[in-house]
Amino acid sequence: MGAGHAHPLYVHEHSAVHSLAPEAKLAAALAFVLAVAVTPREAVWAFAVDAAALAAVVRLARLPARFVLARLAIVAPFVVFALLIPFVASGDRVEVLGLGLSRAGLWATWNIVAKATLGATTSIVLAGTTEVPRILHGLTRLGVPQPLTMIATFMIRYLELIADQLRRMRTAMIARGYDPRWLWQARPIAAGAGALFVRSYERGERVHAAMLSRGYTGAMPILDERTATAGQWLAAAGPPVIAATAAVAALVTAA
Amino acid sequence: MHAPDGFLNAGTAVATGAVSAGAIGMALRRTRETLLDTQVPLAGLSAAFIFAAQMLNFPVAAGTTGHLLGGALAAVLLGPATGALVVAVVVIVQALAFADGGLTALGYNTLNMAIVTTFGGYGVYLVTRRLLPATGTGVVAATGVAAFASVVLASMAFSIEWLFGATAPVPFDTVFAAVVGVHALIGVGEAVISALAVGAVLASRPDLVHGARDLDRSAAARRPAVGMRGFVIGAVLVALTFAAVLSQFAAPGPDGLARVASETGFAGSGQPHALSDAILSGYATAGITNEAVSLAVAGTVGVIITLAVGYGLFAAVGDHRRGREPRGPRAPA
Repeated sequence: MGAGHAHPLYVHEHSAVHSLAPEAKLAAALAFVLAVAVTPREAVWAFAVDAAALAAVVRLARLPARFVLARLAIVAPFVVFALLIPFVASGDRVEVLGLGLSRAGLWATWNIVAKATLGATTSIVLAGTTEVPRILHGLTRLGVPQPLTMIATFMIRYLELIADQLRRMRTAMIARGYDPRWLWQARPIAAGAGALFVRSYERGERVHAAMLSRGYTGAMPILDERTATAGQWLAAAGPPVIAATAAVAALVTAA
Repeated sequence: MHAPDGFLNAGTAVATGAVSAGAIGMALRRTRETLLDTQVPLAGLSAAFIFAAQMLNFPVAAGTTGHLLGGALAAVLLGPATGALVVAVVVIVQALAFADGGLTALGYNTLNMAIVTTFGGYGVYLVTRRLLPATGTGVVAATGVAAFASVVLASMAFSIEWLFGATAPVPFDTVFAAVVGVHALIGVGEAVISALAVGAVLASRPDLVHGARDLDRSAAARRPAVGMRGFVIGAVLVALTFAAVLSQFAAPGPDGLARVASETGFAGSGQPHALSDAILSGYATAGITNEAVSLAVAGTVGVIITLAVGYGLFAAVGDHRRGREPRGPRAPA
C-alpha cells in the first residue's frame, strides 16, 4: 500500500479529468449513466452520441484505449447471458443465419450490451482517474453517511494486506501438498478463511487501540479541503448534459 | 451477481436503490452507538476480509472452483446490521473503484448481494438455531443452512426484480427456474465454506461469533465430528430436495412460455404488465394436481443434468489442477 499502489484501475496521469474535484466527477458519472439508462433502445444514434462523448473524455483523461478495452472484459459474463436472450425470448421471429430469433429478444440483447458497455466504460474512467481516498472524500461531500465512507477507508487501507495474508496461506497449503479437487476436500480452505477472519478482526482491535492512543475521538481528520468550484461543476456537467439531451430527443421523437 | 448498467429498467434501478438506501439507513441507526465509537476500524477490517474472501477459490467438483459471496458469513460473524453495512460497502466500492457492477445497477446489486443475503440469511439462521441444540454444532449447521438460503434468496430477489424491470421479453418463470436452479448449486459451496469457517472461528475466538453470543464456552466447544464427504453429500441431497419443492412453483415452464407467446404475440418490454399478468394467471392455475410429482422429478433431474453437464464440460477441458486458477461455475446473474 505504498505510493503508486493506489488501486489496480488507477492510471497515474496529469489531465483535466484527473484534477477535477471528485464530487463533481462522481455526480457527473452517475448522471451520465442514468441518462444512458433511460435512453430508448431503438435510438441507436443516441447511443452513438453517448459513446462519442465518452470517447472524448477517455482521450482528455489520456487513458490508453487498450487499458479501457481490456477492463471492459468485466461485463463479458452478462453479455453471454444477453446473447442467449434471442433464443429463449418470446415474440415474432426473424431469420438470422438460418436461425429463428426473437425480434424483441435481439433488441433486448442490443439494449443490455450497449448500456452495460457505456456504463462500464464510465466506471472505468471514474476509477482510472480518481484515487480511492478522493472517491471517498467525494462521497462524503455528496452526503453519504460518514460511517460508510470510514468503513470503506479502512477496507481499502487494509485490503492489500489481508489479500496478501490470504495468498501466503494458500502458498503454505500448496507447499504442504494440498491439492483439492472436490468440495469435501475444502475443509482446510474454510478453516483458513475462519483464521483469516480472526486475524483481520484482531488487527482491527490493534488498529483501534493505536488510534485511541493517538487521540482518536470518533471522527477522521479531513486532509483534503479543496471542494469543487463552479467552473469544475460546469466542466463535469458536459458529458451528462450531452447524454441527457440525446435521451430527451430520442424520447420525444419516439413518442 | 454484479449486474451491469441497463440490465433492469431505470424504474427498477431507482426503486431498488431507494429500498437499499432505506435498509442501509436502518442498519446505520441500529449500529450507531457501537459503530461510531469503537467499531469502525473493526468493521473496515471485516469488510477487507469479506472482499478478500470473495477472492478465495474453493474446489467444487473435478477441480473446478467457485468463490464465496459472504453475506450470510458476515451476518453470523458480525450480526445482521453490521454485516449488511460491511457487505454493502464492499459492493459499492467494487462498483466505484473496480468498475465491477454498474453505477445505476448499484440499487439492485446492493439489495441482492448485501441486504437480502445478510438480513435474509440471518433470519434463516435464527429460525434454524431454534430447531437445533444450543451447541457449537447447532451454530455451524445453522450457518450452513443460512448460507445456502442467502444465495437462493438473492437469486429469487433478482428474479422478482426481473418480473418488474425486465429489459427483455423472457418470461419470469424461465428466468426464475434458471437463475434459482443454478444458485441452488452454488449455495451448496457457500454453505460448506461458511459453516466450516464459522466452526474455525468458534474453535479459537468463540466471542467473535455474533450469532453464538448466547452460548457459553463449553457449549460452543461441542462441535461436529461428521466427515466432510458425508457433509457435502448431505448438502447436495438438500439441494436436490429443494429443487424438487421449488419446481412446484417455478414449473409452468414451456406452458407459460407458450401462453405468453400466443396471448400477447409480441411481448415487448414496453408492455411489462401484459407479461406479468400472463405469468400471474399461470401461477393461479398451476395448482397442486397430480402434476406435482412429475414436476418434482423434472426439477430433480434438472439439477442432476446440470451437475453432469458441468462435470462433463470441465472433464473435457482437461486437468485444471496445476497452472492458472480456472474461474468457477459462477452464474452470470
